[in-house]
Amino acid sequence: MTTAGDLRDQVRAFLATRDPAGTDRLDFLRARFDAGLAWVHYPAGLGGQGLPRDLQPAVDAAFAAAGAPTNRPERNGIGLGMAAPTILAFGDEQQQRRWLRPLWTGEEIWCQLFSEPGAGSDLAGLATRAVRKGEVGGSKGAEGWAVTGQKVWTSSAHLASRALLVARTDPDVPKHQGLTYFSCDMTAPGVEVRPLRQMTGEAEFNEVFLTDVPIPDSDRIGAVGEGWKVATATLMNERVSIGGGAAAREGGMIGSAAAAWREHPERRTPGLHDRLLRLWADAEVARLAGARLRQQLSAGQPGPEGSAAKLVFARLNQEISEFEVELDGAEGLRYDDWTMRRPEGANFYGRDAGYRYLRARGNSIEGGTSEILRNIIAERVLGLPPEIRVDKGVPWKDLPR
Amino acid sequence: MSTSTDSAKTGPAATAPAAGGLPDLLYGEAETELRAAVRSLLEDRCGWREVLARTETDQTYDTGLWRVLAADLGCAGLLIAEDSGGAGASYREAAVVAEETGRGVAPVPFLGSAVVATEALLAADDRELLAALAAGTTTAALAVPFAAAPSSGGVWGGRPPGASTVRPAPTVRLVSPAGGGSDGYWLTGTVAGVADALPADVLVVPADGVPYGLYAVSADSVGLAPVVSLDMTRQLADLTFEGVPARRIASGGAAHRAVARALDAGAAMLASEQFGAAERCLEMTVAYLKERRQFGRQIGSFQALKHRVADLWVGVTQARAAARYAAACLAAGAPDTPVAIALAKAACSDIAVRVAQEGVQLHGGIGFTWEHPAHLYLKRAKSSSIGLGTADWHRASLAGLAGLDPPGAGR
Repeated sequence: MTTAGDLRDQVRAFLATRDPAGTDRLDFLRARFDAGLAWVHYPAGLGGQGLPRDLQPAVDAAFAAAGAPTNRPERNGIGLGMAAPTILAFGDEQQQRRWLRPLWTGEEIWCQLFSEPGAGSDLAGLATRAVRKGEVGGSKGAEGWAVTGQKVWTSSAHLASRALLVARTDPDVPKHQGLTYFSCDMTAPGVEVRPLRQMTGEAEFNEVFLTDVPIPDSDRIGAVGEGWKVATATLMNERVSIGGGAAAREGGMIGSAAAAWREHPERRTPGLHDRLLRLWADAEVARLAGARLRQQLSAGQPGPEGSAAKLVFARLNQEISEFEVELDGAEGLRYDDWTMRRPEGANFYGRDAGYRYLRARGNSIEGGTSEILRNIIAERVLGLPPEIRVDKGVPWKDLPR
Repeated sequence: MSTSTDSAKTGPAATAPAAGGLPDLLYGEAETELRAAVRSLLEDRCGWREVLARTETDQTYDTGLWRVLAADLGCAGLLIAEDSGGAGASYREAAVVAEETGRGVAPVPFLGSAVVATEALLAADDRELLAALAAGTTTAALAVPFAAAPSSGGVWGGRPPGASTVRPAPTVRLVSPAGGGSDGYWLTGTVAGVADALPADVLVVPADGVPYGLYAVSADSVGLAPVVSLDMTRQLADLTFEGVPARRIASGGAAHRAVARALDAGAAMLASEQFGAAERCLEMTVAYLKERRQFGRQIGSFQALKHRVADLWVGVTQARAAARYAAACLAAGAPDTPVAIALAKAACSDIAVRVAQEGVQLHGGIGFTWEHPAHLYLKRAKSSSIGLGTADWHRASLAGLAGLDPPGAGR
């Protein structure tokens, strides 16, 4: 059985032939992928070796110690956290070979075209249409699709070269059955990306307008009509990647609040002290629960338990940042900057508590609202009967909108 | 049972930190086997109807069941070394038994005898009594109020200065030997509200004197007055010592440490017990939501109720991680043990009470009746949330442990 020590030996052998300082960054990363040292829990030939996921940190640490370039995972969170596991689980072999390597090296940033102005919590009600066309994307004679519609809350769309897309291919069947999952080329004609400004003043997200965007049929992931099944798997990965990050004690937002408490004895009150102790204990217990969840996860698809981590993460972020703004007192009345900017992602820690307070309001909405997550836990974990629905069995085109 | 050999795999040596620096928070194979054996026994002998009926008898503890659990399944000796006749297992296994006794609100003195008194005797290294406890022939209880909060001034090596060091003040004292004999001790005083003392053969008694000491006293010589308790599945007793003969087993700092270690371990295992009770209570509530129909549908299809049980499930899931962490830290003697215990007891106290209260409400009228187990879980949850330190007390101790000083400090 391969151990962390074996993997460290592999890294050493790899580095012996490729000096990180003297090798082009992308060449180095591509070679690392080809050597099966990108993500060891992925299959051989796709950047991994089919090993347990928990062996990966040893590999990353060995590369870091040698000063090797990273694939800048923070720039491609959706690609690495959601697109890759979806492609691995549902993509065909050709798609896996075509997409996973540039995804991992960061050459291709991915985004996610799911939510629409008319389909938020009721994602399966989405209206973006994909229509079959005889010929698409210049590949003569090849079958393909033309996609038209509007997507919203797309982070990184302005940076991405590829997208995960769910579109309606059959409006005549009930809503869950008429969806199909695609990978969309963000540089294709008909794709227009506009920034969407949020309450913090900046625009992390985008609106994406799709007008007759050509997609070859070879970029369809899963069968026609199976889009809901694939999308559900993607969303499970999203909840794990939002709520399940490994951190040290006081590694999350509680660290910032605790530091402010220690720094400002003059601001302390008994009420705030009680709140801080509750939040500190809850945050630490949530960290332990996240660690336990990761211990449970095999390399396969995460279960609905990830929903619990995301629920707790959202509540804690909101309560902790609210606490911190109050602790700041007079300083909490100021805000650092309302200028419209295009950050690469949410950065909770470079800014004031006021920013965290506002940004955290989105945590219980993005990636599945807390209400939808409670439904998922109630129905999928606890087995409670579904809500009585009025849209069941009704063709999508006949639903009131 | 097989624990003595299997437990070697899950003892301190095997609980090396997993990825992320945290110990294994899952259940090992030996723990799962032990759980199955205990659950099967409790389901067989300790259904809620039997538990409820017993609360209205003179024998609120099921000593027959306890003998099987203690001796035949070896649960009394889990923490005791094999050369003293125990299983040589660890707090990881003990926590699993506590989860199961919690699930069944079982009227057995596992917590008081096999955890609290045993840990005190382990600290005092009283091999004779430990061997008797491990054999399941003797049951012991530590003579401190159930409401006493743990106060380990650094006994696990981790509690930093500034942490609370409040100790339960002994209400028993040493009196002059009646006959002037040199090797005998006599104790006088009272201790109110002691858990698991009613079925005990031996009481382990902290007593003031010069020096402060820990004494073993035969229960026959002590006045044990049963208390009409909020939780009659763990009935308390008021103890009266009137010049009773005692054997000293530890004195001075060693005696303080023994009591502190016993209460710390008790709080951690009580957290696992609370988790087990909460998990079972939630299962019963979810089952009822699927079964009960109103307005022509299962009430579990109403979102207002679904969201409440979903939140409870999240809380139970979080509490399990905290309880497992405390058990793993105790088993490994980790420096983080005081933090782990405070987190576990706070989290499990809160969720057990919340699940029990919501369980009553979600059952509606039937949940308010005597002839339904909901109140057994509510009473167990509420009294356990007061026992061995409230959630609030444990969070307050985190202030010192985590360096989050209260207002007024550090100015």
